[in-house]
Amino acid sequence: MSDAGFDPTAPLTPSGNLRRRRLFSRFAESGATAAAVLAVAVLGIVVFTVVSRGASALNLDFLIKGAPAGIGPELVGTAIIVGIATAIAMPIGVLIALFITEFAGSRATNVVRLTLDLMNGLPSIIIGLFIFGLLVNHRKPSGFAGSVALAIIEVPLIARGSQEVLMLVPPSLREAADALGVSRWRAVLGIVLPTALGGIVTATVLSVARAAGETAPLIFASFIFDPGEYSLNPFESLPNVPVRIFQLSEEANPTGFAEAWGLSFVLVSLILFASLGARALLARSKKRMAS
Amino acid sequence: MGATANPQVLDPARVARARSAHRRKRLDRIGDGALYTVCLLAALLAIATILLIGYQVVHGASPAISKYGLGFLTDSTWQPNFGEFGAGSLIFGTAVSSFFALLLGAPIAIAIGLYLSLLAPSGVRGVVAPLVEMLAAIPSVILGFWGVLVLAPFVQGTLEPFLHDSFGFVPIFGAPETTGASVFTASLILTIMVVPIIASISRDLFTAVPRDVQDGASALGATRWEVVRGVVLPSTSSGIVAASLLGLGRALGEAIAVAQVIGAGSEIQASLFKTGDTLAARIANQFPGALTEMHKSSLFYLGVILLVIGLASNLIAQWIGRRFGDAGGALR
Repeated sequence: MSDAGFDPTAPLTPSGNLRRRRLFSRFAESGATAAAVLAVAVLGIVVFTVVSRGASALNLDFLIKGAPAGIGPELVGTAIIVGIATAIAMPIGVLIALFITEFAGSRATNVVRLTLDLMNGLPSIIIGLFIFGLLVNHRKPSGFAGSVALAIIEVPLIARGSQEVLMLVPPSLREAADALGVSRWRAVLGIVLPTALGGIVTATVLSVARAAGETAPLIFASFIFDPGEYSLNPFESLPNVPVRIFQLSEEANPTGFAEAWGLSFVLVSLILFASLGARALLARSKKRMAS
Repeated sequence: MGATANPQVLDPARVARARSAHRRKRLDRIGDGALYTVCLLAALLAIATILLIGYQVVHGASPAISKYGLGFLTDSTWQPNFGEFGAGSLIFGTAVSSFFALLLGAPIAIAIGLYLSLLAPSGVRGVVAPLVEMLAAIPSVILGFWGVLVLAPFVQGTLEPFLHDSFGFVPIFGAPETTGASVFTASLILTIMVVPIIASISRDLFTAVPRDVQDGASALGATRWEVVRGVVLPSTSSGIVAASLLGLGRALGEAIAVAQVIGAGSEIQASLFKTGDTLAARIANQFPGALTEMHKSSLFYLGVILLVIGLASNLIAQWIGRRFGDAGGALR
């Protein structure tokens, strides 16, 4: 666009201001791409470190024996704590989701949703303090107290996930049930819940993956406690994976670090597989329900 | 049908049918009522839990609250052996580490959101989006452990000397410490934690911006960046603020990973490369070995501060999401 005026034979390429704008746009695009690459790279580095340092520690003895050779008691302890937590949280979470989708008016829905959001945003260390004050103080620390803490973390995740799939249950199914004169509770138990089951299971698995790695509440409920042998009674302190990693990472001890890498490897692989699998399942069941 | 049965005709089959229909109706009434009651109880339990959490934390803190009052917030001495407690340096450490985590994390996360919603081809998106969310699934204790053994040596040996040499005239880039434990390392770990949260919310926000508005801007000659700058970002700005607040809430409350890498210092220092401590990390570090009841109670007091800040940032985020509409869908 110089003072030479309009030149019909000039090639159609941007010049001057447009060229600068295009360049800036290209620059911004590569910035956004770089940010995504950075995030994936950080994930890659973390996972690679955990795998490369943890896999070497791994063998059958390591998985089943007690300290100092293995991590069996911690794995069993975590399984018990998370198992009880899920047994508490799943029914409560699903019932809350049912309350929102089946019964609550808009005001009650808002109140319950806000509560769930606040519960979800609560720092887990606060839940730890709460459990200490409620169940541990003046009594004794126990795996069960840890389960209750983890249940508080799981409930909002399960409730929100279940609520999403319950909303996706086709209205025609409910209408058909109404038309046949089926009562509410039969329709819910016989039609709505079975249809949404896939999504509910997914939400539960995701919440288990989240709870299995929580450390802060367990420090208060079960204390830092590791006898190095199996203990199965949930009403005593239970050794568990996250607290053990925390404890080992605070001690400058190379053999301890090796054990911690092994524990991290087991925990990370369980969590990543569980959440990837659950996501794939959710995508499939959502697609099936939508069609 | 039971009601229309003629009592004069004593057909036994009909009477039985009427009876069973009656019984079923009663059962249904009980069942409906029971289901409603159980669901209502579950919802009430959740509400009660939130209230009880507030009560327990304040209750645990009450000895320290009545002893130190609001002066606790500004006093920076923390000496359990002498029974002196104050949260000043911890509030400072929490604010600084979370602020820098957000300063670094929010732009990166928003860029990722833009990439995933507007730039990435759908095949790439299907891979990258779950990977970014996986970042949030890594337990904080493992991220912290990685921070201690991998990130901290790198930060201490390479990153901090470089920043100190290049920008040492700015007081926040002071001389590095001998260990990698520093507020700066903690901020980096927190950045890794807030990025996936903000990224996934902002991706949903950007995806919800109507396509035809963007196409309109393109048709008027706007470049891709100008579409983002002029259409996408302004129409989602309140949602981005809400998402950042949710990320901030996460950063403020993170205890374990921060406790592992921040170095448990007790002084207010301008340099990011010194050790420091946050409210949550101090609770996690000292609670299991608390010396006295007052020590414990003071840690509960830290919890009260954390709870108030955490709830406030969360509530404001919710309020913005509702008030300014556009984020409402993406935030839940």
